[in-house]
Amino acid sequence: MSTQTVTVDTGTRVRPATTGRRKRRGENRAGWGLATPFLVFYVLFLIGPTVYGIVMSFFNSSLQHSGLGGFAGPDNYTEALTSSDFWQSMWHTVLFTLLTTPPLVALALMLAIFTDRLSRGRWFYRLVFFAPYVIPSAAMALIWVWLYTPEIGLWDKWLTAIGISSPPNWLADPNWAMISVALATVWWTLGFNFVLYLAGLQEIPRELYEAASVDGASRWHQLRRITIPLLNRTTALVLVLQIIASLKIFDQIFLMTSGGPNYSTRPLLEYVYDIGFTDFRTGYAAAASMLYFLVILAVSLVWFFASRRPQRGA
Amino acid sequence: MSTIAVPRRRAQVRAEGRTIDWRARYFNWFCGSVLLVFAAIWVIPLLWAVDTSLKPDAVIAAHPTDWWSGSWTFHAYTELFSIGNIQTWYLNSFVIATLSAVFAVVACSMAAFAIARTQFTGRRIIYGLIAAGLLIPPQVLIVPQFQEFNAAHLLNTYWVQVLPAVAVPIAVIIFVAFFTGIPASLAEAARVDGASWWHIYRRIYMPLSKPAISAVFIFTFVWKWNDFLWPLLTLTNTRIMTLPVGLSQVSSAFGIQYAEIMASAVLGALPLILVFLLFQRQIVEGIATTGIK
Repeated sequence: MSTQTVTVDTGTRVRPATTGRRKRRGENRAGWGLATPFLVFYVLFLIGPTVYGIVMSFFNSSLQHSGLGGFAGPDNYTEALTSSDFWQSMWHTVLFTLLTTPPLVALALMLAIFTDRLSRGRWFYRLVFFAPYVIPSAAMALIWVWLYTPEIGLWDKWLTAIGISSPPNWLADPNWAMISVALATVWWTLGFNFVLYLAGLQEIPRELYEAASVDGASRWHQLRRITIPLLNRTTALVLVLQIIASLKIFDQIFLMTSGGPNYSTRPLLEYVYDIGFTDFRTGYAAAASMLYFLVILAVSLVWFFASRRPQRGA
Repeated sequence: MSTIAVPRRRAQVRAEGRTIDWRARYFNWFCGSVLLVFAAIWVIPLLWAVDTSLKPDAVIAAHPTDWWSGSWTFHAYTELFSIGNIQTWYLNSFVIATLSAVFAVVACSMAAFAIARTQFTGRRIIYGLIAAGLLIPPQVLIVPQFQEFNAAHLLNTYWVQVLPAVAVPIAVIIFVAFFTGIPASLAEAARVDGASWWHIYRRIYMPLSKPAISAVFIFTFVWKWNDFLWPLLTLTNTRIMTLPVGLSQVSSAFGIQYAEIMASAVLGALPLILVFLLFQRQIVEGIATTGIK
């Protein structure tokens, strides 16, 4: 855009009231103008669908007919809350979160602390641990399904080599399927938390450690009294991001087990997918989505209010 | 007395220094070995995929878990390229991810500039509304969004992927934080000189915001490139599929031809690993400062 011709009106200062108002109006218009493109998209594809989703959840909407369908009142919600399939998939989502969050936080912290101590070669570990995080879930699933293949997979070969003669039937055993997906997920996404922790560690002043070792504090002591407490803010962030990311589980399970065997791993998002796009019951699917949304919202709000208390820069 | 005490204290200090030194050395050695073991575990799946993809299917069938094969071949890759789907998926993913990233940078930075630097009425409400949007995961909107795009007859097009990826609340928050860090006096001085708001945004603030622009661009790009659930629902035509959706069909297409399956996985993983290698610093800094996931 070409520059507006610079017209310094010497009279400006003489009539501050009118120009002030005009300036105000111009600024107002410019502000709204700049915000409009975003707001159009925001309303059309985020606020709109949210409102429509809430409305839909009170109707018998279906993919088979257009429009909302008959009014259902709270029926969709009572159906979901009394459906064992709904609760089962909710439990699988929570179980996956419980299985993945502790190792993804603790292991990332440990590896970051060890890497931070290195004088050389940090870039190598950052590359190795972070690289899997950027690959698409579908590529990751192809690789891990191959690794888990019974008898001819690499993991089974190694387990038999160290004397475990009958390794579990990883993805096909209902008792092991979720654990197998969780293990693959730890491999896949650890790098993100690792990088957050490395950044947190870099902000700890080295002089603190020097002062501590002059005072004779052991490494273990330094770790417990300096490193871990000073990483509290990072840990809070890593923890909440991890919990929310784990609650959104869909890709890996859909790709590696399709929710099976016999629905034993089906997470909530896949339940929504199944009822909405296989059974075409979009009204009920919207209600299930809203209940799921409340769970994620609760986690976000707990974190929001917990992290507000020690108010420091955003 | 003092003549005796001084050497003894010195000796003590030296001995102490040495024990700490030894302990530190053992500890460093321990950390190094643990790291190496984990690094090996992390590298093996990727190496194994590459290894498998380079073996003839007959060799894999006979010795599925041997790392070393007498005959290496690019046959799996040439076959994938001759089928031709993978090139289409690359192109689709590239167009969708690039368009989304460009639109997101433009729309979100403009809105953020309006919020951070102009005093338009209602900007607090707008900002609050955008911040509230952070709490809504796109996954809970799949059903109504699908209905919306179905009604608009936009399923199986690029638009169904790009349009919902333009207004990203976190991108606005990042730009607002960045713009507020640029002294307001710059904008005021330019206003006194008669520059338009658009000019201040376009010629002063944007050129100063390269880190924020690259963070938002890279993350939108990677997010859309790897996005799975939404494209899975809305792209059912093989010609319009993105790479992840296409890859999800691969194992049923190839059955037990593991070389072809692993070659697909490697080709699926490669582009973003290259992007990461090229933009390692920006990506790592972006994560560290924004925590976008």
